[in-house]
Amino acid sequence: MEAVKSFFETPAPSRFTGIWAWLLTTDHKRIGLMYMFAILFWFCLAILLGGLIRLELMFPGENVLTAELYNSVFTLHGVIMIFLFIIPALPAIFGNFFLPIQIGTDDVFFPKLNLLSWYLYMLGGVVAIAALFSDGFPDTGWTFYVPFSVSTQTNVSTAVFAAFILGFASMLTGLNFITTIHRMRSPKMGWMQIPLFTWSLYATSWVQLLATPVVTITLVLVVVERYLNIGLFDPAKGGDPILYQHLFWMYSHPAVYIMILPGMGVISEIIPVFARKSIFGYKAIVVSSMAIAVAGSLVWAHHMYTSGMSDTAVFVFSLLTFVVAIPSAIKVFSWVSTLYKGAIQMTPPLFLSLCFIYLFSVGGLTGLVLGAAGTDVHVHDTHFVVSHFHFTMFGGTGFAFFAALHYWWPKMFGRMYDFKKAYIASILVTGGFMFHYVPMFIVGLQGMPRRYYDYLPQYAQGNFLAGFGALLMIVGIALMFVNLAVTFRQERNAPADPWGGVTLEWKTASPPTLHNFDHEPAVPDYPYDFTEVVAARAGKTKQNA
Amino acid sequence: MSMSPHNDESGKKLGMWLFLYTEIILFGGLFVLYAVYLVVHPQDFIEGGKQLDRIFGLVNTVILLISSFAVAASITAVQKGQKGIALAAIGSAVGCGLIFLVNKYFEWGHKFEIGIYPNSERLLDGPVGQNVFFGLYYVVTGLHGIHIIIGMIVLIVAMAFVQAGKITPTRFALLENAGLYWHLVDLIWIFIFPLFYLII
Amino acid sequence: MEHNAHIFSYKTLFLVLLALLALTGVTVGASYIDLGKLNVWVALGIASCKASLVLLIFMHMKYEGRTLVISFLSTICFLAIMIGFTFWDISFR
Repeated sequence: MEAVKSFFETPAPSRFTGIWAWLLTTDHKRIGLMYMFAILFWFCLAILLGGLIRLELMFPGENVLTAELYNSVFTLHGVIMIFLFIIPALPAIFGNFFLPIQIGTDDVFFPKLNLLSWYLYMLGGVVAIAALFSDGFPDTGWTFYVPFSVSTQTNVSTAVFAAFILGFASMLTGLNFITTIHRMRSPKMGWMQIPLFTWSLYATSWVQLLATPVVTITLVLVVVERYLNIGLFDPAKGGDPILYQHLFWMYSHPAVYIMILPGMGVISEIIPVFARKSIFGYKAIVVSSMAIAVAGSLVWAHHMYTSGMSDTAVFVFSLLTFVVAIPSAIKVFSWVSTLYKGAIQMTPPLFLSLCFIYLFSVGGLTGLVLGAAGTDVHVHDTHFVVSHFHFTMFGGTGFAFFAALHYWWPKMFGRMYDFKKAYIASILVTGGFMFHYVPMFIVGLQGMPRRYYDYLPQYAQGNFLAGFGALLMIVGIALMFVNLAVTFRQERNAPADPWGGVTLEWKTASPPTLHNFDHEPAVPDYPYDFTEVVAARAGKTKQNA
Repeated sequence: MSMSPHNDESGKKLGMWLFLYTEIILFGGLFVLYAVYLVVHPQDFIEGGKQLDRIFGLVNTVILLISSFAVAASITAVQKGQKGIALAAIGSAVGCGLIFLVNKYFEWGHKFEIGIYPNSERLLDGPVGQNVFFGLYYVVTGLHGIHIIIGMIVLIVAMAFVQAGKITPTRFALLENAGLYWHLVDLIWIFIFPLFYLII
Repeated sequence: MEHNAHIFSYKTLFLVLLALLALTGVTVGASYIDLGKLNVWVALGIASCKASLVLLIFMHMKYEGRTLVISFLSTICFLAIMIGFTFWDISFR
């Protein structure tokens, strides 16, 4: 390596050393990594909780969890996965690290606010744990539906307060990203030259900014109801419990796009690099990202077909739900078209991206089954729904997260991992995934409801297979993380551009220097122009021959 | 590199506006409830509105409008380099905020005295629509009151910066942002006033 | 989005204040006329006029660039959708 010092060796601000150089840093890369370790901790914890759920359901009857404990465990699994993992995972880790680099600048616009967001995130996590050890964790499910959330004796207020704080962290991150993209882009970079990952973060940030306050006020109302008993959602006192669901999904449906959009951005980065071919439909992907952000906020009540709202609303929201499928499909078609006739080079990030496309498509298409009111009434609140959203959230965002880890790991840490183990891990996770969730579709269609610790005997076979799949997945994920972690024992061996990527993060050292670039980077006219990469590789092959 | 954020006043202002959007939506959630319950219980909302004291509401509206004017004037003063006027203007805005809160205290106090407060017997025994009306009244004006307090703190900080000479005719984003926050609190009140006090 | 160097004179600001106070008077006056369901729309209309004055002058929106104007309007649109789409349910129950 050259003598350039990476950001690991140069704290910012420079007066801090040791642990303080991390805890008080304003460097977006360090903050991104701090998020990474916190988020991975929560991810692993929530996986284990998920494993516990699966273990309980693997055999009929009560096995490892009592009914009450089961309720708390699935709530905790949901709350952690949603608020502490999927929502922050891609924006807070990779967004923080790569957004400023991709637009050719040295940091986010509000670096101190960025650090504050991290502390809010950590505080939210601590409060969530506090809820666990006082009066028991809520047994409401992550949706905190009234009237149960107002009347249950478990510690809903603390858990809701945790979600409130985490919402703030998420909102401030979004605010920071939007300002950064508007004000700090390299002056040579126009809107249509911004890399697609950054574009997806831009769309995400708007959703974070505009949708999160709705859940903030909704959760405040839950706490107010618990303490003051006003009755805003209590029919006996003039309120309407369905309005709670409206407010909740006004945030939580857009929130699923907060979760998936950055994942789509990651895939849009990876596919063209390993196809050595310009992304198909750059503008279409940009527009579809923004379209998802807009259309995603029009469809919230499709979670509520059986809640007792009006039939007109069921009809309208069902119709609009089909509209939101269009921009997602545009992206899938663009990725596949990019691969078509490309010079495909198989690597772990590409492998994971291909798994993403497959799993996400299944998730999206089963979403249409749920979006259509007629079929939804049949499968509502069954395991079909559970399987559907795990296909989109885990098969989608989760796999995009794994892909991003493998794609950017050499850039973030300057270390390349072992490909073979990465492939084995990916195959284990994907195989386990299919074993886990496909039976859930089937038992769901057969009528097995979600959120029960036990089931009728006819569902035993499917649940056993799902439990077996869970085991495979956990082993696969463990292998994947160990494979990445062992690279810390080796020297920094990754070149600046190990993949032949052309966005700006590949124009700087691995790991990047403190201010990301030694000299102002040249912004390409088009962010996915691979002619030079292809020519250089061709030249190398010729030399070898 | 692009412009350093430390000198980018427009960027700071953009950040503040983005924050204000979150505040708008935060109150927006409550206005969703208001809209729905107004349609569901129209008569009870009118009866409830009649029990609120218009004079308190009107006085508080005028106070907030004047304070907003003062904050806007303070920015003009800073731009013209008139530090004394700027300080006086921000100070009077903070004073207006204080009067607003004192009024609110007496208004709420009176309501408590006549037995109108969350979960009170009078509300529970009365029509359900009025219970919702006053429930919303307390939540909305309470949340708004908290914002008034935060706004006053922000304005006092801005005042200290003006006093210390850190806000100059060319660099006044901090004061401008504090002012934006205060105006937003006023904006929300502009809607609260007719919707709760003047509803017929 | 250039930084606005525009300075509003005290006089302009004061005139805006007077207009706001006058509109407050109008909205109070309007509340004594029974227009049935229209009352709430009249009240909202007047409040929107007042809000526009505060936004355009006090908050300098008049001299801001496209970014702020568009994003502000989008926020209001989102709010309108939140309220409006809920009535697909409420109005047809």
